[in-house]
Amino acid sequence: MENWSWDVFLDAFPIVLQGLGITIGLTLTCYLFALIFGFVWIFLRRVPFKPLNWIVTWIMEFIRSTPPLVQLFFIYYAWPMVPGIGMTLSPFTSAVLGLGIHFSTYIGEVYRSGIDGVDKGQWEAARALNYPTGKKWTKIILPQAIPPTIPMLGNYLIIMFKEVPLASTIGVVGILHMANSYGSQYWTYLEPLTIVAILFLVLSYPSAILINKLERKMNRRFDKKEALKSSEGAIT
Amino acid sequence: MITISAIEEIFPALMKGINITITVLIASAFFGYLFAFIAGLCRLSNNIVLRKFTGFYVEIFRGTSLIVQLFWLYYAIPILFGIDLGSDWWAGVIAIALNYGAYMSEIVRGSILSVAKGQSEAATALNMSRFQRMRLVIFPQAVRMMLPEFGNYLIQMLKATSLVSLIGLHDILYYGDILRSSNLSQAPIVYLLVLVFYFILALPLIFLTRKMESISKKGVAS
Amino acid sequence: MTEPIVTFKDVHKSFGDVDVLKGIDLEIKPAEKVAVIGPSGSGKTTIIRMLMTLEQPTSGDIFVGDQNLWKMEKNGEFVAANEKHLREVRGDIGMVFQHFNLFPHMTILENCMTAPIHVKKEAKKVARQRSIEMLEKVGLGDKLDNYPSQLSGGQKQRVAMARALVMRPKVMLFDEVTSALDPELVGEVLEVIRDIAKEGEMAMILVTHEMDFALDVADKVLFLDEGVIAEQGSASEVIEHSKNERLQSFLHRFRS
Repeated sequence: MENWSWDVFLDAFPIVLQGLGITIGLTLTCYLFALIFGFVWIFLRRVPFKPLNWIVTWIMEFIRSTPPLVQLFFIYYAWPMVPGIGMTLSPFTSAVLGLGIHFSTYIGEVYRSGIDGVDKGQWEAARALNYPTGKKWTKIILPQAIPPTIPMLGNYLIIMFKEVPLASTIGVVGILHMANSYGSQYWTYLEPLTIVAILFLVLSYPSAILINKLERKMNRRFDKKEALKSSEGAIT
Repeated sequence: MITISAIEEIFPALMKGINITITVLIASAFFGYLFAFIAGLCRLSNNIVLRKFTGFYVEIFRGTSLIVQLFWLYYAIPILFGIDLGSDWWAGVIAIALNYGAYMSEIVRGSILSVAKGQSEAATALNMSRFQRMRLVIFPQAVRMMLPEFGNYLIQMLKATSLVSLIGLHDILYYGDILRSSNLSQAPIVYLLVLVFYFILALPLIFLTRKMESISKKGVAS
Repeated sequence: MTEPIVTFKDVHKSFGDVDVLKGIDLEIKPAEKVAVIGPSGSGKTTIIRMLMTLEQPTSGDIFVGDQNLWKMEKNGEFVAANEKHLREVRGDIGMVFQHFNLFPHMTILENCMTAPIHVKKEAKKVARQRSIEMLEKVGLGDKLDNYPSQLSGGQKQRVAMARALVMRPKVMLFDEVTSALDPELVGEVLEVIRDIAKEGEMAMILVTHEMDFALDVADKVLFLDEGVIAEQGSASEVIEHSKNERLQSFLHRFRS
């Protein structure tokens, strides 16, 4: 039975650290994808055709309430086998699609809460001023709907950062992958995994405090009470 | 290639994993809620040591990934504590419960704090003790507020159970992976069915959560 | 002369840098009805909140009967009261709040029954019977199984009074109990207070803006201004005949 060794810790540290670039890069790419794709859901739900809205709502519910790990496996292992449209994707691309789509359903909800929060009078004013639909959204609604959701969106960046190590299961060489391969090489997992935990903590904890500050500032600005938000939770 | 016969073959194979998925879910939910209440109440305690210690636990588990915690506990528990949990089942349950317990302790704490101050004052005016105020007045109202969030987290925990396949537990996903590796061309239908399985398990939880939302709207002063 | 049931001796209270009360001396006799009036921010509510143990005085002593509320004797010395001591002494005091503070998760009847059962350890049957009687007295005998959210403001406040009365306090505190009510509902609440006052044996301290009502019900009126009792006496002395200019201008604003 092995024991904790600082030598191993120091030896593994630079190796695990090599994966940090990929982990952060994947986080940001997934996040960007989810931010953009979130709008797609909003758009689809607002198409004035009831059956489509209904289907989209349930697809979102399906994606949200099934494990992202399985979705990741689906895209990486199964998508290439789908006749006709399937194609082989790199682990990184699979992770961006898998995690990005999963989280876009949450981001879409955040957008929706922002849009619902825009005062009814603003819609009426836009209509009264005869704004065309596109302009109404870009000039009136979204500039008011998005800023109040920024803290929540920030929260999701941290949440996604913590979900990204799932991608190591399909071979994305982030910090968790580096730790596991170090472990399998030298048959000592505890130290490299502790390094991974420390890296996550060191990066996510200050960000969480930052987001919290931002949230309080925003709440003051938009005169909203601090509410109990589910947006905080881990997703997995 | 989605044929009825393929489904007939895959479905029972996946069914073998449902036992582990459900037992891990129930046990992690039980311990998760338990940890959430203990930690949530400790963070409201007057004892600074208790408060700091639980704060530390909550920040550690909220600040790192569940998958990292799962692997870490899987390797660390036998090494650091010298105990053999007897099975990886417990490692999975403890990891999920500790992780979600940390998140949900914030719900417990927030809900208790958001019961209006006047409620506690009215209870004081009726000469209730600290404990009675908590038990009779604050807690029943706070729990109503927690219900919808607890429901949401139950769905999250269901999703999280899929991770235990990574430490070798034979859950639904584990059997899905076996089927996929034995016949790669079946992968789409296998994973689709795995997703459907999870969704079917999630459906009652989704409706439960909605029901809890409507319950919690009643009977709370804030 | 009868012993006072409540005594304040040089009580000060500050919140941060703000001195709200700057030396309150006060005696209330059993069954005495006292109205506390004064501009908002003068510390009226703070006085009764300290008596209910909801705020701790910065200095000075408050006695209930002959027991010091905020200090207890320990090895011959007086130390800050603990929870047990507070509970012992405040048992004779009840309070009705501006915002009712009914327990929303309990029915009207449960609101009244819970304290007698859990605090006074009364048998459930007895507590139930007395609660029903009290609710009937405030005119809500037909709402026993309703929840607070189903009642009007005036009804809620009547329940709050019944809930406090079931505990049989010797001193009852009323904290601006009509301020949060719609004007048309004020009357029914004042009516109940008047009835309680007539029954006599309980001392009452009413923080109120209803001057005519104070004049009618109170044996004694205190005018609180800038943290001190600026004027006190019988209702007619204070409200009708006082020479205090600030009191005059205060009254002028409220009675026109």
